[in-house]
Amino acid sequence: MAPLLQIKDLNVHYGGIHALKGVTFDVDEGQIVTLIGANGAGKTTTLRAISGLLKPSKGSVTFAGKPITGRPAHEIVALGLAQAPEGRGIFANLTVEENLDIGAYLRHDHAGIAKDKEKALGLFPRLKERLRQSAGTLSGGEQQMLAIARALLTKPRLLLLDEPSLGLAPQVVKLIFEIVKTIANDGTTILLVEQNAHMALKVAHTGHVLEVGALAASGPAADLAKDDAIRKAYLGVH
Amino acid sequence: MKTLAQRVPELTPGLLPTLGRSIWPFLAGFGFAYLMQVGIAPAVGEFYGSLLVNIGIAIVLAVSLNIVNGFAGQFSIGHAGFMLVGGNAAAAIVYYGSIKLWGSPEIHGGFLGPGELLLVAGCVAGGLWAAFAGLIVGLPSLRLRGDYLAIVTLGFGEIMRVLVTQTGPQLRGKDAAEASWFTLMTKLNGNLGFSNPQGAYLDPQNPFWVWVFVSILLIVAYRLKSSTHGRALLAVRENEVAAEAMGVPTTRAKVSAFVLAAFFAGIGGALFAHELGSTLKPDPSTLGFQKSFDIVIMVVIGGMGSITGAVLAAVILTVMPELFREFDQYRMIVYALALIFMMILRPQGLMGLRELWDTSWWRRIFRRGGAS
Repeated sequence: MAPLLQIKDLNVHYGGIHALKGVTFDVDEGQIVTLIGANGAGKTTTLRAISGLLKPSKGSVTFAGKPITGRPAHEIVALGLAQAPEGRGIFANLTVEENLDIGAYLRHDHAGIAKDKEKALGLFPRLKERLRQSAGTLSGGEQQMLAIARALLTKPRLLLLDEPSLGLAPQVVKLIFEIVKTIANDGTTILLVEQNAHMALKVAHTGHVLEVGALAASGPAADLAKDDAIRKAYLGVH
Repeated sequence: MKTLAQRVPELTPGLLPTLGRSIWPFLAGFGFAYLMQVGIAPAVGEFYGSLLVNIGIAIVLAVSLNIVNGFAGQFSIGHAGFMLVGGNAAAAIVYYGSIKLWGSPEIHGGFLGPGELLLVAGCVAGGLWAAFAGLIVGLPSLRLRGDYLAIVTLGFGEIMRVLVTQTGPQLRGKDAAEASWFTLMTKLNGNLGFSNPQGAYLDPQNPFWVWVFVSILLIVAYRLKSSTHGRALLAVRENEVAAEAMGVPTTRAKVSAFVLAAFFAGIGGALFAHELGSTLKPDPSTLGFQKSFDIVIMVVIGGMGSITGAVLAAVILTVMPELFREFDQYRMIVYALALIFMMILRPQGLMGLRELWDTSWWRRIFRRGGAS
């Protein structure tokens, strides 16, 4: 079976800066694939080029057999590829419920939306308690939960998560990663971008290491977690 | 207990009940406008009657600008430009149309008479024409994120003003009756269609159509805000990248908000053109940057995104200059001070994003009032 997402020779330029220099990898259906790397390695750039928020200068992205390179973001979302953007990007002045409703913006199957909303709130019971609260008053962890729940309401086949652990307490990070696992078990494929390589490699099936715009290593997550060079560079083990 | 998903079919209304429920707010609005016409306007007299017309027009302008600046969070400062486009089109249609149809620019028929129907046609045509202008202006400038819209709309207003004053002077009487429509459309400069010297359509005793358009706009704005599209606009305003990531076609959302606002600005301009000159002498040159800025201030003071806030601010900022007539020259100073104090004490405006009935004191009065 062809992979759900195929990325071939992806290049992105920011003006004169060559931020992504030919990244190639696949995401198989049903897996959690993680992209780890240091600040400025190009992780977020990769995600944005996939989800259509950025136009790649070269290379191709194929999702579920369809070429989606350079297509507008809303068309890509409609195909079933959703992103929970970096820094959560919640709509602070809207209520939690309104945030979720915007996730369902492109959908018209009211019964399906209601069902998915219940499911998402089942994953994040904390959000259920705060449905009518404005999203800006949530804690960092709750905002991250909202960002994920909102992305789930687009009914994605593939969910792109951009640094869900950013700025969260270790306890909360643990909780979020648990939920990421649950979502994957429910059949949603996940591409997870993380600086927290330790946690990311623990939940992922496959890992890719990004270094200054190019892939430095790829392989099953368990193998990467044992690799000496990677342990030294990203896991803080000497 | 049934889950929400199972209850969706029972909760989804049928077509007829939906239609029925959509119509009654309009009927109520038209009823209110009629009450204004036959009850309130005659009772309050000339001065307050003209104030009521002014307030209505200010509400049309503030609430429509609020759709762009408030809901969608895009900063447009060229609302007067769209007023000018719509106002001029309407004035030309009503003025030249009267001459062509009835041989003179005088008002033809009384309340709800043929003259008034021509006025309504002029208003709608002016609105459509302004909406078209909005599309032309909005499409290129709203593709971009950031402050480009402010610059473009500022320029647009000035260009329109100069364009209109560069067309030939308006024709009178026989000349107009004999000229072709094409020639007439190149003769727009002047204020002949604007507040007709033979009596304005919207004089203090005749506010009906102003309030009809006010109610239509209020209903449209309210329904927009509570709809999926309105929420998408709010999402764009809150975080454009995230909105895009959620599948909102941001450019289309922004442009449609802008076009809708331009449509109602055009109607506002058309109404403005046909009111009897009170504080402002309506003619094209009064629709400059100053006017745009007045409307922006109404939206900011009312609270970006709040319909009731925009209405409140429109009322306050229309009544205030009338009360302090002697200080007319100092109006801008008062505005500036009011804005500064507003930004210090209540940066979100009177109402913020919320509506009147969301506030705690409203609840205290209307829900718990009886109990306490």
